[in-house]
Amino acid sequence: MKYLILILILLNSSFSIADEKDLQIKITKNLRCLICQGQSVYDSDSKFANSLKILVEKKLNDGLSEKQIYDFLRIKYGEWILYDPKFAKNTYFLWLIPILIFVVGGVIIFRLFIIKKN
Amino acid sequence: MKNKIFPTIITTIFLMIFIIFYKGLQKSNIYVPETNIGENIPVFKVKTFDNSDQISSRDVFKENKFYLINIWASWCVPCKNEHPFLMDLKNQNNIEIIGLNYKDNKINAQNFLKDLGNPYKTIFFDESGIIAIEWGAYGVPETFLIYDRKIIKKIIGPLNNKSFLEIKKLIQ
Repeated sequence: MKYLILILILLNSSFSIADEKDLQIKITKNLRCLICQGQSVYDSDSKFANSLKILVEKKLNDGLSEKQIYDFLRIKYGEWILYDPKFAKNTYFLWLIPILIFVVGGVIIFRLFIIKKN
Repeated sequence: MKNKIFPTIITTIFLMIFIIFYKGLQKSNIYVPETNIGENIPVFKVKTFDNSDQISSRDVFKENKFYLINIWASWCVPCKNEHPFLMDLKNQNNIEIIGLNYKDNKINAQNFLKDLGNPYKTIFFDESGIIAIEWGAYGVPETFLIYDRKIIKKIIGPLNNKSFLEIKKLIQ
């Protein structure tokens, strides 16, 4: 019985370590490397990106949530550091243009093919 | 009339997209984070360069005077170029220069200071680079002018004649 409890505890801790590693990868994939063009922090091997990877790991160990880490970095570097920017005044175009293009494209297709057919 | 509305909307949308992309091309593709002037300096614990003891930033920036924190490394060529300005600022009475040695080899850093002179009163040893992130820095060199535990000026890149004169004027 004792051994069973010990095995369960060990399994549980190894699962939580794996979960934390997954979360760390998820966060670093959503962070933009500011000194390397078009690369995430996860993909980059620059000094800045490597420091950010260490920082994310440290903040997770300190008990900060994913959102708290993003908020911390947003204060330090601005919205640009995140690959998933908030819907705000500066990002209206970013979020609305794809929807607008989709709607206009739909209307064009509808007019050209469906109405013409009828 | 109905036939004219549709082409007009499409032309307007394409024009808008064209203007956005055209403006985007004019912009520099190097991102410079906004400087939050008046922001409180970060609080952290760090090893000093001279010994392995950890000190708190509260114990360093404790007086109501000007501090200049300079992020540097021996492998950084622009740091060599700005060093004479730091040596000059060292001679000013009303400012204390603090160094943040960024991801460096200690022996190389010591040789750097031996060759070019040491303008720093205290040097923080940021082996992992996370203290520089606390400052919102993303490279070397970067310099922050501090007064009353608040950032009053941030210089990204090496100090030059213009920024040197600006600092001198601010600390007068």
